Amino acid sequence: MTSVRGVRRWVGNHLVLGAALLVLLYMITPVLVVILMSFNDPAGRLGYDFDGFTLDNWANPCGPYQLCSSLVTSVEIGVLATVLATALGTLMAFAMIRHRFTGRSAANVFVFLPMASPEIVLGSSLLALFVNAGFAGQLGFWTIFVAHVMFCLSFVVVTVKARLHGLDPALEQAAMDLYANPWQTFWRVSFPLVFPGILAAALLSFSLSFDDFIITNLNAGQTVTFPMFVWGAAQRGVPMQVNVVGTVMFLVALGLVLASGTFRRRQRG
Amino acid sequence: MTVAGASLLATPHPPAPERPRRPRTGYLLLLPGVLWLVLFFLVPTVALVASSLYDPTGSLFEGYQMTWHVQNYADAIAEYAPIFGRSLLYAAIATGACVLLGYPLAYAIAFKAGRWRNLMLIAVVAPFFTSFLVRTLSWKLLLGDNGFVADTLRTLHLLSPDGYLLATPLAVITGLTYNFLPFMVLPLYASLSKVDPQLIEAGSDLYASPITTFRRVTFPLSLPGLVAGTLLTFIPASGDFINSELLGNPRTRMIGNEIQDLFAAGALPVAASLSVTLMALIVLMVLVYVRRVGTEDLV
Amino acid sequence: MTDSRSSAGSQDLVLDRVTKRFGSFVAVSDLSLTVPQGSFFALLGPSGCGKTTTLRMVAGLEQPTDGSIRLGADEISRLKPYRRPVNTVFQNYALFPHLSTFENIAFGLRRRGAKDVRKAVGEMLELVELQSHETKRPTQLSGGQQQRVALARALINRPQVLLLDEPLGALDLKLRRSMQIELKRIQTEVGITFVHVTHDQEEAMTMADTIGVMHNGVIEQMGQPGSLYESPRTTFVSNFLGQSNLVAGHIVDAAGPDLVVEVQGTKVTGLRSRAAVTAGDVWVGVRPEKVTLTRSDASPEGWNVFRAGVVSDVSFCGVSTQYLVRMPWGQELIAFKQNTGAEAGLRAGDVVDLRWQREHTFFLDASEDAEAGVEHEDGA
Repeated sequence: MTSVRGVRRWVGNHLVLGAALLVLLYMITPVLVVILMSFNDPAGRLGYDFDGFTLDNWANPCGPYQLCSSLVTSVEIGVLATVLATALGTLMAFAMIRHRFTGRSAANVFVFLPMASPEIVLGSSLLALFVNAGFAGQLGFWTIFVAHVMFCLSFVVVTVKARLHGLDPALEQAAMDLYANPWQTFWRVSFPLVFPGILAAALLSFSLSFDDFIITNLNAGQTVTFPMFVWGAAQRGVPMQVNVVGTVMFLVALGLVLASGTFRRRQRG
Repeated sequence: MTVAGASLLATPHPPAPERPRRPRTGYLLLLPGVLWLVLFFLVPTVALVASSLYDPTGSLFEGYQMTWHVQNYADAIAEYAPIFGRSLLYAAIATGACVLLGYPLAYAIAFKAGRWRNLMLIAVVAPFFTSFLVRTLSWKLLLGDNGFVADTLRTLHLLSPDGYLLATPLAVITGLTYNFLPFMVLPLYASLSKVDPQLIEAGSDLYASPITTFRRVTFPLSLPGLVAGTLLTFIPASGDFINSELLGNPRTRMIGNEIQDLFAAGALPVAASLSVTLMALIVLMVLVYVRRVGTEDLV
Repeated sequence: MTDSRSSAGSQDLVLDRVTKRFGSFVAVSDLSLTVPQGSFFALLGPSGCGKTTTLRMVAGLEQPTDGSIRLGADEISRLKPYRRPVNTVFQNYALFPHLSTFENIAFGLRRRGAKDVRKAVGEMLELVELQSHETKRPTQLSGGQQQRVALARALINRPQVLLLDEPLGALDLKLRRSMQIELKRIQTEVGITFVHVTHDQEEAMTMADTIGVMHNGVIEQMGQPGSLYESPRTTFVSNFLGQSNLVAGHIVDAAGPDLVVEVQGTKVTGLRSRAAVTAGDVWVGVRPEKVTLTRSDASPEGWNVFRAGVVSDVSFCGVSTQYLVRMPWGQELIAFKQNTGAEAGLRAGDVVDLRWQREHTFFLDASEDAEAGVEHEDGA
């Protein structure tokens, strides 16, 4: 039915979807640029145009001074911070959902506060602490670590809580009814069912930690993380290998997400 | 374990069973995390406020004198008021843009995506996977003077021949919008996906046009997500300085830039007072906003 | 894993003056009952009456505030749920979604250290007729199948008492009926004590050897389904189990073997054994299916009669027809008549007498609320 009315209705029905796809394009384009630029052979140091195609950047990713060392530092901090933040945050989430105690709503708000503060304020207050405590000269790896655990905690708690909320308490009661003591109940029933949430929280925590600049920069001292390296390079001229790293990160993360999706789909039978 | 005959001969009032030990376990589980947050979030906040009241003539090497120097605030606000205003303005515009762009996207994913839903969600989150800074740098290419976007706009006569996009407030706001869009889309999607499609059907069953149904049914139900999204967008955006630094010029500096530079220069009290002021402004705006919209349970 | 199983002797489940308070709210009040070993006991009551709380206390998922629970000679009130020889079939089944049917059923055995569970699980699958479903996840099963897995998961542990918390609530009518028969069959076959909590009075009457009717935290009456139905002791029981006509009256003669009650200007008689009180004001009760509506004026010996009622509503229910009859004093009484097809039905407006045999009368305490237990559309 190719009447005007029919066309109008088709447009109306698909207007929102069309707008959505445009927005998605807007979101994806810079990523595509990153991937494209990883193959760029720049004419000058400060230029930011695509001049020529080359595989050199991929062949020699660690060429620029400090790129790979800062990458390693970021990964180290990321892993350590993720482990601690996930562990502490999961315990907190269990406490808040499964146990009754006074001050639970206060704890809720308290955990939410770091998420709601601008990074510059979080970073500056930590710096103020370190300076006042006399650690001004010791800013570095461990102060960054401390900061990262701090702001990742809230995200872990919120993520795990969301998953735990959907966990029917009757399941844990059924386990106990079937002769599982509290430890066995946790390992055999609660943990496997909450695990996707814990995993998501860990991944979120790692990406937040890896990507953080503002808080890190204020509390890093002489240590250089990857975002700090990029920032410094932005003034001097960004080496294209930075885009190689960006592309690799994107592909790895994308791969993980797709893999977990297919794994979950296969599990469901 | 068997209390054989004893229970049968029990007194008329059998012994009361033990209290459950739940509350203690709860506190124990909570303790390590809360301790960490108290040490590295609460105490630092106190330290920051304290630092803002130091005598500004001290330095990082020599130490500071605590003189309750409230004058720091007066000085800071007087000097940086325009920049505060600019930061909040940029953040507000970026948040508005995020709503305009993000709402249709969230709506589409919730109601129109069908089996592409997960793929679209991944597409929303995918930009996260590359580094924040690297992504923002790629806007430099996109908005560059010889770039595709500038060329197109010049062809369409929307940009003068010697006009430029980079190093403008527009570029900064574009960057801000781009970086915080997922924070708007995801909470909105979470809210919208909980709307029972039958409610929308009920709307049209009761003679409402699609626009009216949206206005009176869907939109109010999406408010919790909208509130969460605007907060998660506005608050970090107001303190950001990366977009301004990479995509702007000296006249687009935001309060984050100033605070960062002051800290780098070691001017602790001034920087601290700026930080506290920013935090106070945000808290104030959020309180007014949330009270106006209605308190929602965000977490 | 220790449990308090005694090897010999009666294993009756005994609740001794059990009370459960949540803050100031009393969910279960001074409840005492004995469930004989091997019997099918139903705890019947409306939602909020405390029956599920009672069940959970037997399971160990709640602690009694007062009182004790015993299994045979063993005091189990303070034992953790995983130490009690008691298993539960939960209301929404609570099947572990990350485990297969096989592993769900084997769960209890594995936790108690059993190494080879193949044989036991196989027997259980046969019992509930789910042999071909053992590798499936709970989400891949239908409601009825999930219900049977939940049952198997509990039964396989050979508990001394099996608790069922409204297990058939989520099933549709036909399936529910067949599961009722199935559960009864299994119980008889396996010989385990079943404690079945439900709000469905038909379900309780069909399945149970003994019913305890619960209301506001107390058991109002306990006994066999038949005696509970024919001789209710409280208005709640009379209205909750089936329906009742309750008319206000006053006892005028309690000397002889029969009670004589003055009701609305007529004398009504009934057996003393069916009376909850023997003096003062009473509710005179009779079940609607025991009531005959006639247009004749006869007063046969041994029948009670209310005269001059006007049929106000006729509802055809397939098996029977339900009549509402407005009496001269304004009250509407109910009568059920089986549609034997032998005689023509009555119509609205017909003037009739209500008759019933005096043995079918029961008498209840007038101080009780005549509306207690009546199901209202608005849930009041």
